[in-house]
Amino acid sequence: MSSAGADTDPANIVIRTEQLTKVYPGMDVPAVDHLDLVVRRGEIFGLLGPNGAGKTTTAGMLTTRVIPTSGAAFVGGVDVVAHPALAKQLIGVVPQQNTLDRSLNVRENLYFHGRFFGMSAAVARAAADDMLERFHLARWAEANIMALSGGMAQRLMTARAILHRPAILFLDEPTAGLDPQSRLALWEILGELHSAGQTILLTTHYMEEADQLCDRLAIIDHGRVLALDTPARLKDTIGAETIISVAADGDLEALRTAVAADVSGIESATIVDGALKLGVHDVGGVLADVVSLATRTDVRLRDISIEEPTLETVFIGLTGRELRD
Amino acid sequence: MPVRSTVPASRDAFVALLLRDLTVLRKTLKEFLPRVVLQPFLLAFVMLYVFPTIGQRVGGGAQAETFATVLVSGLVGLSLLFQGIQGVALPMVAEFGYTKEIEDRVLAPLPVSLVAVGKVLTGAIQGMFAACLVFPIAAVVHAKGVVPHLTVHWLVLVTIVPLAAVMCASLGLTFGTIFEPRTVPMLFGLIVLPITFLGGTYYSWSALAPVKVGGWSWLQTLVLLNPLIYVAEGMRGALTTVPHMHLYIVYPVLIGLCALLLRLGIGGFRKRVLS
Repeated sequence: MSSAGADTDPANIVIRTEQLTKVYPGMDVPAVDHLDLVVRRGEIFGLLGPNGAGKTTTAGMLTTRVIPTSGAAFVGGVDVVAHPALAKQLIGVVPQQNTLDRSLNVRENLYFHGRFFGMSAAVARAAADDMLERFHLARWAEANIMALSGGMAQRLMTARAILHRPAILFLDEPTAGLDPQSRLALWEILGELHSAGQTILLTTHYMEEADQLCDRLAIIDHGRVLALDTPARLKDTIGAETIISVAADGDLEALRTAVAADVSGIESATIVDGALKLGVHDVGGVLADVVSLATRTDVRLRDISIEEPTLETVFIGLTGRELRD
Repeated sequence: MPVRSTVPASRDAFVALLLRDLTVLRKTLKEFLPRVVLQPFLLAFVMLYVFPTIGQRVGGGAQAETFATVLVSGLVGLSLLFQGIQGVALPMVAEFGYTKEIEDRVLAPLPVSLVAVGKVLTGAIQGMFAACLVFPIAAVVHAKGVVPHLTVHWLVLVTIVPLAAVMCASLGLTFGTIFEPRTVPMLFGLIVLPITFLGGTYYSWSALAPVKVGGWSWLQTLVLLNPLIYVAEGMRGALTTVPHMHLYIVYPVLIGLCALLLRLGIGGFRKRVLS
């Protein structure tokens, strides 16, 4: 983790929001509610939350498409509300929907994007060819956009978004609707970009994606940040327990009572679907006790499995409900 | 994080947007050409060839040549209007409605308003191109003796045509931001149809005076609400010696309409892309 000083050094901050708020006309509740965020240079920052949590609205405000009701947002030090045209030079966006230009072929989509950002014809052509190679799209350079698969379209949109070397790359629900293979391919691409130092902000409602990719995560719901940290620390600190699942034949209820009474470090003990679920923070400290109690209480063990805490349990711990899909 | 100042960055992005549109136009010439040729061809064919040949009264008899002259100016105006609708409004309805592909251009480093202005500019260029095609068509497609007599006032022509083209493209921008895919039939049925039939394509404005209730030339007054009438009359001023609305009226109204429709269109565009 960076020190607190990293958050105050402007050169290290790519995104900063101050009390950023959006209330859509006709809505009583804000979509984004006094949001304070800092995204540092070179990190992959995730906004994790259910649909309607305010993730896309937040990304929309940072990419100049949604006008905040109050508060401020800065990208690369540029005020996105006061100077949207300037801020747009610094951002690359991979939207949720396919927004590729259907009137142009694959190469032209990249070429004209480069031209929009002030590249000369020769530079834009070279940059487009370079991207086609990097993203394994060279074979489809002349292809019609309509002929691309969902995964290919996603790759092309990512290539387009980074072609002008933005200070920050936004991805809005990048893998929603992708097949598992394309999802892994995209994760790999994002990993490579990350290694090359690209700052990335992504919104997602897939915990696995947030867990795998993000250096830091803000869990948001109802437009507010509920928790913000590295995925590992979130799982460690937000009351997330490892679950020991004990499958056995015999009097499970007796075992449950005995474990709850005699083993220290058990946070919760419930019977779900014929298995005893024990919530603990330290597996090593209790596992042996649970096994020896089981033999003494005349229960025949069939299986013991350990379920590590996930961001889902963190989210449930924070909100009392599950991440809806 | 280095950024270029807004003015040169916006200028480059704007030029690139126009290049993109012209590239698309070049790639779709096969669709564009039939679209802009067929309409003036059909109108000229029916009105300047079929009608005189079968002795239909309109445009027949002694006034046939005057009618041909009046009609050519109207056809130029009609072409400009249809390019505004087909070249600007309809693509925009599609882009806002379902393809969303304008997104990448909206995120280009220039003010959103300039993206809308770019649309108007390429729409106007298409319109002027389509308007030019009317002349060779009208010169060829007519019955024997029914020849339009054009007296070109160049200064008027080179100012009225671009002005009218920008006005029609701005009208297209405004419609494109108001209508949705679902309501496009209404655009044609309730707006485009009255504009074309009552836009002075087939008759000059001064000729409407005899249509009266009591002493009031109601139709002549009513069609003043129609933007196309000023285009058609302006074209008559540019191309003919037939009586037409005074250019002192045509120019200020066209300029005013450009300003009003650009304002409405840009406002509508911003409303559609920003929330």
